[in-house]
Amino acid sequence: MAKYYTKEHEWVELDGATGTVGISEHAAHELGDITFVELPKIGKAVKQFDTLAGIESVKAASDIYAPVSGKVVAVNDALDAAPELVNESAEEKGWVCRLEGVDAGELAALMDAAAYQQFLKGLE
Amino acid sequence: MKLIYELSVSGRSGVRIPVSDVPKAAPLPQSLRRAEPAALPEVAELDLVRHFTGLSRRNYSVDTNFYPLGSCTMKYNAKVMENAGSLFADSHPVLALLPGGPEKVQGPLSLIHGLEQQLAEITGMDEVTTQPLAGAHGEMTGIMVIAAYHKARGQNRRYVIVPDSSHGTNPASAAMAGYEIVTIPTAPYGDMDLDAFRAAMNDQVAAVMMTCPNTLGIFNPHIAEICEIAHQAGALVYYDGANLNAILGKVRPGDVGFDVIHVNLHKTFGTPHGGGGPGSGPVGVKSHLIPYLPTPRVVKGADGTFGVEAHPEGIGRVSDFFGNFAIMARAFAYITMLGREGLIEVSEQAVLNANYMMARLKEEYELPFDITCMHECVFSASRQLKDGVHAIDIAKYLIDRGFHPPTVYFPLNVKEAIMIEPTETESKQTMDSFIAVMLEAAEVARTRPEELHDAPVTTPVGRLDETRAARALQVCCEL
Amino acid sequence: MGYCPNTPDEIREMLAVIGVGSVEELFSAIPDKLRAKSFDLPAGLSEFELMRIMKEKAAASGQEITNFIGGGLYDHIVPAVVDHLSGRAEFYTAYTPYQPECAQGTLQALYEYQSSICRLTGMEVSNASLYDGGTALAEAALMALRITGRNSIVVDASVNPFHREVVQGYLHSLSAHSEVIAPDGCEPAMDRLMAAITDETAAVIVQNPNFFGSVTDFTELAKKAHQHGALLVVGSYPVALGLIKTPGEMGADIVVGDGQSLGNPLSFGGPYFGFITTTKQYIRNIPGRIIGETVDKLGRRGYVLTLQAREQHIKRHKATSNICSNQSLCALRGLIFMSALGKEGLSELAALNYDKSEYAKSVFSGIKGVTVANRGATFNEFTLTLARPAAEVVEKLLTQGIAAGLPLAPYYEGRDKELVVTVTEKRTKAEIERLAGLLEGAL
Repeated sequence: MAKYYTKEHEWVELDGATGTVGISEHAAHELGDITFVELPKIGKAVKQFDTLAGIESVKAASDIYAPVSGKVVAVNDALDAAPELVNESAEEKGWVCRLEGVDAGELAALMDAAAYQQFLKGLE
Repeated sequence: MKLIYELSVSGRSGVRIPVSDVPKAAPLPQSLRRAEPAALPEVAELDLVRHFTGLSRRNYSVDTNFYPLGSCTMKYNAKVMENAGSLFADSHPVLALLPGGPEKVQGPLSLIHGLEQQLAEITGMDEVTTQPLAGAHGEMTGIMVIAAYHKARGQNRRYVIVPDSSHGTNPASAAMAGYEIVTIPTAPYGDMDLDAFRAAMNDQVAAVMMTCPNTLGIFNPHIAEICEIAHQAGALVYYDGANLNAILGKVRPGDVGFDVIHVNLHKTFGTPHGGGGPGSGPVGVKSHLIPYLPTPRVVKGADGTFGVEAHPEGIGRVSDFFGNFAIMARAFAYITMLGREGLIEVSEQAVLNANYMMARLKEEYELPFDITCMHECVFSASRQLKDGVHAIDIAKYLIDRGFHPPTVYFPLNVKEAIMIEPTETESKQTMDSFIAVMLEAAEVARTRPEELHDAPVTTPVGRLDETRAARALQVCCEL
Repeated sequence: MGYCPNTPDEIREMLAVIGVGSVEELFSAIPDKLRAKSFDLPAGLSEFELMRIMKEKAAASGQEITNFIGGGLYDHIVPAVVDHLSGRAEFYTAYTPYQPECAQGTLQALYEYQSSICRLTGMEVSNASLYDGGTALAEAALMALRITGRNSIVVDASVNPFHREVVQGYLHSLSAHSEVIAPDGCEPAMDRLMAAITDETAAVIVQNPNFFGSVTDFTELAKKAHQHGALLVVGSYPVALGLIKTPGEMGADIVVGDGQSLGNPLSFGGPYFGFITTTKQYIRNIPGRIIGETVDKLGRRGYVLTLQAREQHIKRHKATSNICSNQSLCALRGLIFMSALGKEGLSELAALNYDKSEYAKSVFSGIKGVTVANRGATFNEFTLTLARPAAEVVEKLLTQGIAAGLPLAPYYEGRDKELVVTVTEKRTKAEIERLAGLLEGAL
């Protein structure tokens, strides 16, 4: 399984038609100490690049966009009590939610890890 | 310092309640009574006095420290305005709504009418309402008026345009008034990108909200053109009066082509900021928008007396009565006392002071837009950043040296922004001492940057852990 | 003279540093065609001349009138200590506490305010103040829309009509729907309120005591609202909360009100402050500034603005509200007032209001042509039905220096003989009896 990234710094990892979504380590670092993750409601259906969730640090608030279309089937409840998990482990323990019914074809609009690293270099 | 609750001793009290001269009534039924008295502090009056006096000494304020907080116009609040504002303490606003009531309250009604007229003349608008209770409340009122105007013309426009350098209240207020927001970037010349603005303008745009001078302290030379482009598309133009202090007597937004304006009495018109409020945000409009002003209106009759009238076509009531009256009384006193020449002197000296500050600091601090500024100037700590020093570090160093810091990290379109607004009431000496410390801070940043990271050290607390505050969310002293 | 201290010599020096020849040159970026076409204001005045004008206006502001009017604003005692302490310039000439190290005074005071207003309303969290009662109620309605994701509000018509008008304007802007439920005389029509709540309802809004003065227990209404996933919003009168059941005890989700009665003078309409309290689960949905406790590096306790990422200066159009300036100084007055009266003092003050009002009710109901319209309990306000139009009676009594009450007719169609009378602790037995005599004479 491999992660695919958006230009807005979300990642998705597909397992069949189920995708796990989070924000990239780069984004977590840029935001600074995360104080709150506004998790989506289970059952929410989103289209690719729609607003999916929200994330806040002390001095910033950002939307998390859906890297792929799908329906929310699970959220990372651990983030309620420990939003710092996103800082500590953005691309593993700090996952945000799982989407079901994902069309792997949509990955074509995203970057793989290598392309994303290139993209980040371009931002510097 | 201890919390007032930590001084509490059961059975102690600070105030004598009036003695009853009527019989004790049968008690309220148990089901309607609270189970226990509210657990408020129990302290003697002297405890109270020492506690709050102690707290007050932990504040920087205009009366104790130079306070060059950009965008906030922290001018000196003259003491006579406090006297003037406190004269109406026992005047009940509902009197004005009783049959025969207005004749009992001609004083306050004439003051409201007088202030509205003063503000109309100062801003070049046709009528003013004093109902809005703060700047952002004025913005929302103004946009609601614009919405009502379009609606009356059978148009259902969806968008409000704001530049990216605007105060956050602009988009937030327009959103509360039901609009979607279109944000226009800042061009390299320091103002809203005119081409991007033209491209965004269409017949679905209800209004454009402009701050002029903008939040970089720059007077937009294209402002009349912006009004024209908007009007051609049938949109109206909103003037955010946050920076009106810069142009008193020099430019009137109404003359330039603006349709709606709000003014912040607590910025330009000398009323105190109160640690975050109360403010007052009167809204002025051109004649085509008068029908949509909120209800009620204070009107002057043919016989010279004042009355209160409903305003049926208007947007309704935006606050409970006539606005923050005692604040309005202070502003009326300020305008009346300064008069025409005094108000012109305000803008001239405010602009002079800001340009002096800019000229003296630009050798050491990066000036992203090196042109004549108006009432405030915006630097960037980008040079200091090379030594690992951020704008916030410089701000905290200033606290140690007895100055309230300038606004930092706003406007958002300047990296590491340091926004300085000295106001007209500060002397050259005060500014020179501040400049000396700013230059010293730049020197420390070059030579001993770590010292700045530890500041402030002279205050009752050092830098506070804001992440912990936001995660733990302790917002109330638990029982 | 605009309090501008620089002398002509200093101005010349400053111009030389800037590199321009005159102050006017600094305005040269402004094209001529944009210059002010007029600035027709009179010449300035001295302090003495100014105060003469201001005192003339104050002399014609009805302050000599004996008030039996409320309408959401109440003529209560204000202990001298409130003026003196809130009048310290370190409080009133400071700005919003964005730099916490040099604003611990304001921050700690507002934290204490939040704590006190929570205790008073029986709720868990509070913000640092809103504008006034009406706008606080409107913010509560918007907050309920956000929390529930629904678009419809049920409002009891016995909620203060001024406040309802403000709510209406805010809801209208967002195309949200509101259903107003007519009262049952002077009491809320509980059965109709219950029946109006559906699975589409974001909130039901009530007020206690209501505009007619009636005191109600809304516990059952809270349960009914919660069954449908709706919130109960309660408008409150802080001094009454010294005695009556708290919204918290009833299961309310959001509590709002005007803090005027807590140490803020009437001042012809303001400034006062609006308050809003809620439960912990809704803290992120509350509008405006919130103060939180934390520590510095050395572990010293301190206070900061927290949850700022909800606010307009960061979240812009997605913020929970557009509010920036609030009514901080008035909230400070509220805190000092609550602290001065304290636990027992506020209860005593509330009891005194209740006793005076009950006495007035008993005296007035003995007058021929006057009946008390409230069927149940009241606090310090009640509604009288008169044998004549209330407006006529009020107008007549006003010429005798007494504001007898607020006629209902302009706000409630067909209720032209009814009058809401307010009796605070400041009204003496003699004043109550004088009003009774004048009422009797006017009927």
